[in-house]
Amino acid sequence: MARSFLQVAAAEEVAPPLRVVQIEGLVMLKIIKHCKEFSPALVTGQLLGLDVGSVLEVTNCFPFPIQEEDEEIEADGANYQLEMMRCLREVNVDNNTVGWYQSTMLGCFQTAELIETFLNYQENIRRCVCIIYDPSRSNQGALAFKALKLSDSFMDLYRSNNFTGEKLREKNLSWVDIFEEIPVKVSNSALISAFMTELEPDTPVTQRDYDRLQLSSSPFLERNMEFLIECMDDLSVEQQKFQFYYRSLTRQQAQQQSWLQKRRDENKARKAAGEEPLPEEDPSNPIFKPIPEPPRLESFLIANRIANYCNQINGCRHCCHYNYYYCCYLLPLLLLLLVVLATIRCYCSFCHCFCCWLLLILLLPLSIVGGGGGGGGDGEDDDDDDDDYYYYYYYYYCSY
Amino acid sequence: MAASDRTVLQFGPSSAVTSNITAKVHPLVIFNISDCYVRRPDQAERVIGTLLGSVLPDGTVDIRNSYVVPHNEFSDQVALDIEYHHTMLKSHLKVNPQEVIVGWFSTGLGVTGGSALIHEFYCREVPNPVHLTVGTGFRNGEGTVKAYVSVNLSLGDRQLAAQFQEIPLDLRMIEAERVGFDILKSTSVDKLPSDLEGMEVLMERLLTLINDIYKYVDDTVEGHAVPDNSVGRILSETVASLPKLSPPAFDKLVNDSLQDQLLLLYLSSITRTQLSLAEKLNTAAQMP
Repeated sequence: MARSFLQVAAAEEVAPPLRVVQIEGLVMLKIIKHCKEFSPALVTGQLLGLDVGSVLEVTNCFPFPIQEEDEEIEADGANYQLEMMRCLREVNVDNNTVGWYQSTMLGCFQTAELIETFLNYQENIRRCVCIIYDPSRSNQGALAFKALKLSDSFMDLYRSNNFTGEKLREKNLSWVDIFEEIPVKVSNSALISAFMTELEPDTPVTQRDYDRLQLSSSPFLERNMEFLIECMDDLSVEQQKFQFYYRSLTRQQAQQQSWLQKRRDENKARKAAGEEPLPEEDPSNPIFKPIPEPPRLESFLIANRIANYCNQINGCRHCCHYNYYYCCYLLPLLLLLLVVLATIRCYCSFCHCFCCWLLLILLLPLSIVGGGGGGGGDGEDDDDDDDDYYYYYYYYYCSY
Repeated sequence: MAASDRTVLQFGPSSAVTSNITAKVHPLVIFNISDCYVRRPDQAERVIGTLLGSVLPDGTVDIRNSYVVPHNEFSDQVALDIEYHHTMLKSHLKVNPQEVIVGWFSTGLGVTGGSALIHEFYCREVPNPVHLTVGTGFRNGEGTVKAYVSVNLSLGDRQLAAQFQEIPLDLRMIEAERVGFDILKSTSVDKLPSDLEGMEVLMERLLTLINDIYKYVDDTVEGHAVPDNSVGRILSETVASLPKLSPPAFDKLVNDSLQDQLLLLYLSSITRTQLSLAEKLNTAAQMP
């Protein structure tokens, strides 16, 4: 049904919820390059793009220069931003800010500054997103891109400065509800996809795969554990603050009760004596002063960080586990290749058949083949040992 | 004419410098150029811009970044927005002072007359700039990226022309490999692969590789394929590079590290439990 212009203008715009962030391959490469160049320093940059329905398209970005703590450089930073956006406008790049990106070191990005920045951006832009890129995790072979935004309920609560325990319980808000992670989609223009397909044909194994296959994940795990332990310390400090608060609150209430009791007794005595009863409340008495509740934001953020580290450790462990399993699977396979190579020299068809057979055994699920490599009278003593620790690892894997 | 008056037109690489230059291009540059080409204004046939990067100590030109510069091209005249070029250069230098101008690029195959003029302008900015052409036409289904350096052809004292000589170009796709080619090649990818999915794909690829090797060795043994000694040597080197551990030692090694990791997993599960407990304590505690 056709609506008049007035009707459409008068109708309130209901923004569909943000469901996916669509990034261009160009933006990903730019972010990766910028973050990697300056790692381990943390860098930020601006995201440009379009806000279309429930998809936030990020089509370009530019990095921010690293700012020193000087006052006059602040104005410089704003100038830089304006200039960049003006220049990019001239070459038909989308001039619309949709958020910012920042690099992080092993995932400790949930800070109060992030929330402040979000709120600043939210004042001007209806929908903004923050992309977090972790160059240290990418060195392990995973692509650590995350798109985050603050959840609406958290934002309302934070803005109204009502961050107390009761309010949180009311809205049922816990530390998982602060940040919302939005799924990321990647898109490329047809031209660039044609270029990539032509310039780089399908390679079986790439650099990223080599990074992922590295068995030495211990430095990464170590750093994760270090950060985790620090965060736990911080969390315990926050917990102590809460404990202290509750204890003093209880103590204060006990004091109030005893004071009230004394007042009541006094009043009874006065009534008996026929005098005016004293008021039962005395705001000037210090024991009636309400104790300020410690802010909960920090403990929520710490909880977020800890959860992140735990997830990273879990994910890393998963990959390593597979690494080890396949490593001990592949090692004897390669040893057998050596045997095969030896047979190239002597062209012994009997050996060859035997090796074929062994390989077949290795490639089939081990539980199916019973006594395995016993056949063939070549006297390969390694065999039994090989199969023994195969079963061991298979059992290990299954039992886990 | 006296012999001393005779002059010779010099062709070919006249100086050792030109013959040693190679260029390395990062994938970001290609992406940037394609994106600018797609967004060019309607009346422009090609886009032109500046290349940023650095010159490595061994003489290779490392092209790392680029930005497009608006320009206007008439029949034999070219107008380049020089102020824009300088503004963008300043902005880029603020972020990364090491990336300086190393040349310029243009889309479209071949070098035209206008290009020579632009190249002269860039020669004034930096000595010996590199000219990169990115062919976006895809005629014959090919997209070509070529790099040129210009050499002045002189007859005696007179400048005749500038000859653009092609220099070897190295496309370093290491960053693109980091992102993953399957993400960069298709026009849309619905979701970034998670750790485990990536692992799965990787294992499949590795198994394919090993199957290929096995097939090759098989064929060579049976006599179907011609045995190549160098390949055989590489294979034997690879296999020999595995550390020689006795099975019990290897056993113990893998077991120990697996146990460590299981311990870490246990710790992280405990931590997660602790977190939910802390949350309950913090918000659910009711005061009378």
